[in-house]
Amino acid sequence: MRFRAKIVDLACLNHFSRIINTIAKLAKTCILRLTVCKLYFILSDKVANGGASMWCELNQGNFFDEFQMEGVAAEHNEIYLELVPENLSRALKTSQSAKAVKIKLTNKHCPCLRVAVELVIEANLSGEMNLKIETDLVSVTTHFKDLGNPPWASEDGCQSSTQGRDLESMAEACIDIKKLQQLLAGQQVNPTKALCNIVRKRIVHFILLHEEVSLQYFIPAIA
Amino acid sequence: MPFSAQPPASGERYALSASLDNARHLSSLLRAVHFQDHATCLATASGLRVTVEDAKCIQANAFIQADIFQEFSVQEESVIFRISLSVLLDCLTIFGTSSLPGTSTALRMCYHGYGYPLMLFLEEGGVVTVCKINTQEPDELLDFDFCSTKVVNKIILQSEGLREAFAELDMTSEVLQITMSPDKPYFRLSTFGNAGSAHLDYPRDSDLVEAFHCNQTQTNRYKISLLKPSTKALALSCKVSIRTDAQGFLSLQYMIRNEDGQICFVEYYCCPDENITEAELEEKQLLSFQISSPLLSSPLPPLPLLRREEKRREEEEKR
Repeated sequence: MRFRAKIVDLACLNHFSRIINTIAKLAKTCILRLTVCKLYFILSDKVANGGASMWCELNQGNFFDEFQMEGVAAEHNEIYLELVPENLSRALKTSQSAKAVKIKLTNKHCPCLRVAVELVIEANLSGEMNLKIETDLVSVTTHFKDLGNPPWASEDGCQSSTQGRDLESMAEACIDIKKLQQLLAGQQVNPTKALCNIVRKRIVHFILLHEEVSLQYFIPAIA
Repeated sequence: MPFSAQPPASGERYALSASLDNARHLSSLLRAVHFQDHATCLATASGLRVTVEDAKCIQANAFIQADIFQEFSVQEESVIFRISLSVLLDCLTIFGTSSLPGTSTALRMCYHGYGYPLMLFLEEGGVVTVCKINTQEPDELLDFDFCSTKVVNKIILQSEGLREAFAELDMTSEVLQITMSPDKPYFRLSTFGNAGSAHLDYPRDSDLVEAFHCNQTQTNRYKISLLKPSTKALALSCKVSIRTDAQGFLSLQYMIRNEDGQICFVEYYCCPDENITEAELEEKQLLSFQISSPLLSSPLPPLPLLRREEKRREEEEKR
């Protein structure tokens, strides 16, 4: 089973978000049924719980610029998943001014829908770091300067050599902004030191150091 | 499109180029008119005017005059464009909205001309953010044709007197009714909501009234949903001038003092609501009374009958 979809138009994204918000208010969990042409949000509750039912049908073509789906089998080209619409609604909230929102079905530890909003983070060995984001209305870049470039100490005690490396060239990765927001929003105590390692197009690694605690957070780059 | 992190030199010919040491002088005023996503920006040698409209009935203008800026230059007679006010505000406040003492965000604003994006360079604590905001064709703006010679009634009040009233307006009322008169009640704000009607009177000799020039008794109604956003401007201001013309058009002008003590103005213009008549308002009041009184043992007679009864009784009393 595979599912990938993309919304680029801001009006479509807003409309879709509003529909998900409405569904989130009506049902704690519901079934999402994906077919080639449509999305269905279905709730069919037991009589013991009040028995209220809901059936919401959307033409995917009215919302998504890209929509690719491969169902559970060729004769039944459909995907059914149970989801908590409140989670989807929250994920879409953070993407209100994004350039594009990609939704993907993944199965890393368990099946889940991934909603991605893209932020580019890049840094070099001259103490510079840039954060860039682009939407259809605006592009914003924030430049940090005079940052430290602490050397890595490798296992045999020698410091890693920066010779032969261009100090000005940037290593960049494109990550889901929601992941970075989660890390920053979760900060209860200001760290004494914050470090960031970037592997070009692969991963961004944050290290937050407090007196007795260190926290490392890895954010993989978006394909 | 890559662009350098350095703001362009002042020598370059931009249609609009401005510098401001404290971006809050601009962002706080823009927030006072932020009730729609889009705004039209007009820059002339006198300064910047940002206009927001809704429903072809209400218009808000924020004026930031040229001398508020450390540098302000407009190459042509005027420069005009439409822009997302939400995005502009997000960019101006990118370093956060809370004001730590002694810190402020410095702003440089550049606009090449028609078709180009608005460039903002914001700096705080050595960190620089560059924003490129797309601009659009300006909308046709309403002209309320409000000048001092056409003013029928004018009152200047200290804002603190109105703030609570506006913050607590009964939003179940469709309209805000404003009465201005040389006689009692002088200045009255009324709402007609589900729970009943509320009237707030300001006597002309009240300490809060700085100036009172009413020539004619006027009662006008305005859609409350359109006027409610003006509460933001009221909250920032120290004084407000309330004026109406012969057609009942309303002008609210707010005098706002910024952090450095400089004066700026925000104004709201609103058309009167012709659709709702006094009779309809009364009917709504009676209806809501009916609905919220389940204890009535016998139903009230239908309204037209009630009126006829009242009229009949009035005529009898006259005789």
